[in-house]
Amino acid sequence: MAKTYKRPESLYDVATHYCAGCGHGILHRIVAEVIDELAVREKTIAVAPVGCAVIAYDYWKFDCAESAHGRALAVATAIKRVGPDKVVFTYQGDGDLAAIGTAETIHAANRGENLTVIFVNNAVYGMTGGQMAPTTLLSQKTATTPLGRDAKLAGYPLRISEMLALLDGVYSAERTSLSNPKEVLNTKRAIKQAFENQIQNKGFSIVEVLSMCPTYWDKTPQESVRWIEEVMSQYFKLGKLK
Amino acid sequence: MKKKILMSGNEAMGEAAIAAGCRFYAGYPITPQNELTAYMAQELPRRGGIFIQSESELAAINMVFGASASGVRSMTSSSSPGISLKQEGISYISGAQLPAVIINVMRAGPGLGNIWPAQSDYFQATKGGGHGDYRLIVLAPASVQESYDLTMLAFSLSDRYRIASMILSDGLLGQMMEPLELCDPDRPVEKIDKPWALTGASGRKPNIVQSLYIRLGDVEKHNLALQKNYRRIASKEVRFEGKFLDDAKLVVVAYGSMSRIAGAVVEELRKQGKKIGLFRPVTLWPFPTEELEELSKKVKKFLAIEMSYGQMVEDVRLAVGKGVKVDFYGRSGGGVPTEKQIEREILKALNSKR
Ligand SMILES: Cc1ncc(C[n+]2csc(CCOP(=O)(O)OP(=O)(O)O)c2C)c(N)n1
Repeated sequence: MAKTYKRPESLYDVATHYCAGCGHGILHRIVAEVIDELAVREKTIAVAPVGCAVIAYDYWKFDCAESAHGRALAVATAIKRVGPDKVVFTYQGDGDLAAIGTAETIHAANRGENLTVIFVNNAVYGMTGGQMAPTTLLSQKTATTPLGRDAKLAGYPLRISEMLALLDGVYSAERTSLSNPKEVLNTKRAIKQAFENQIQNKGFSIVEVLSMCPTYWDKTPQESVRWIEEVMSQYFKLGKLK
Repeated sequence: MKKKILMSGNEAMGEAAIAAGCRFYAGYPITPQNELTAYMAQELPRRGGIFIQSESELAAINMVFGASASGVRSMTSSSSPGISLKQEGISYISGAQLPAVIINVMRAGPGLGNIWPAQSDYFQATKGGGHGDYRLIVLAPASVQESYDLTMLAFSLSDRYRIASMILSDGLLGQMMEPLELCDPDRPVEKIDKPWALTGASGRKPNIVQSLYIRLGDVEKHNLALQKNYRRIASKEVRFEGKFLDDAKLVVVAYGSMSRIAGAVVEELRKQGKKIGLFRPVTLWPFPTEELEELSKKVKKFLAIEMSYGQMVEDVRLAVGKGVKVDFYGRSGGGVPTEKQIEREILKALNSKR
């Protein structure tokens, strides 16, 4: 009988440290499957962020640089420029990519660096204990918005992918989610496309993935996927942005 | 054939980097080092390297992190305010044990200060401007030729010890032009194996460049390994220059462009029969501590002169033995001590009762 489902070669056979219901584990696997399918594991270099996914290299079986908080796209820029034959991607949370690293993100995109960016939007800072992220929704309660995010005090949830889509340097931008099996498959398609873009020298491609954080959303895993579908994706609209 | 040309200190450091095999440079404009960035923009791409004008010094140093992690000789340059911004990246580079060359063409501070030469970043360079227990090799050239030679040396030391090196130049040295002898363009560039580099996990286990060690105890282990490397460097790589030390009654200690001006005064006073010597640290870290200690067994008076309000002098005081007097003279903020002022300070120290 043919084996139709197995652990990707690019993924170590270990348990992850992620919380129950967290999206990172699913997304790590998607990335590993795509790298395998494109047969580029031996020339892939990942740039891990500072955030819950900082030790992604404990799970992925390819070369990896761990960057300072927010600087992943500066690090990745240089890795790709000195190794144009390599497949280079960053994997960043919303705090990393859209707060402390906003300048690095915008300028790498604007230079049209031939990179793949996987942007994990979970609407909070997971690693540091569930504080407000730039993507936290209005009225969403976090450790630093105990009464809910108030636009007057803390501004609005940042749609950075829409901003990036405006830049001439960006080749493609898309938003997907992990909230149901169909969306998981769609996320995989989008990520594979973003890697293919790089391999074909098309330029900067970003996939923003709406991802669950039950722990800091104070929800069960089931409530969390429902919250993405009913609330989060109303503000962060799914689909191709560019 | 060796070629002699006229060049500024800034350009000489750029040329040295390329000659040393540097193939990645990222920088952000700031005076008084702009000629270096422009030189790299002009020369590096046509000689097989990558030049990026980054959006900030933060981005530049993190690009150097990426290029160096890939095994490529890499450099960034800036001046004082920009070097402050690079401290985050320097700490991560140190934690990840990456080679890198960072040039600081110092200007006056604190804050925006001004664009005139200063030596007030000595503490930042030698005592760790970023967080954590780390060291940089800090080299202080005193001429255009030395700006070239020490930049080449910095690449070699950085690769050999997997450590970041900083060239501590200043606005005077960077801007001034002097004759420069270039190295033989046909000589082979030194190649040092980098089995740790991120080149793709083909036929080997994945390489990881990291500075995080989550398990308790692991950072301590990592730090002990770093400290061992620093001790090795300190025992092998100290460099300094001494002049008229044999019979000196007073020794002037100065580095970089300050040692040029002070050196001229010392020579003049020697002609008048005054027993003055000059001690010039070339490596600011590792500092020539033992050499100064040895010297202080016979010389009982020292005078440190800096374009700062007293930074290197602390290392001189730590080095010399008990009962040795260390005076200090310095100006900073754009003012450069003049020969007259230096002569006055030397005579004052020489003639003081104790
Ligand atoms: C310079 C710096 N500031 C702050 C931190 C602390 N910190 C670690 S992770 C993080 C936020 C991570 O949030 P996000 O990027 O959204 O990723 P997540 O953990 O949610 O996956 C912060 C603020 C740090 N490591 N470095």
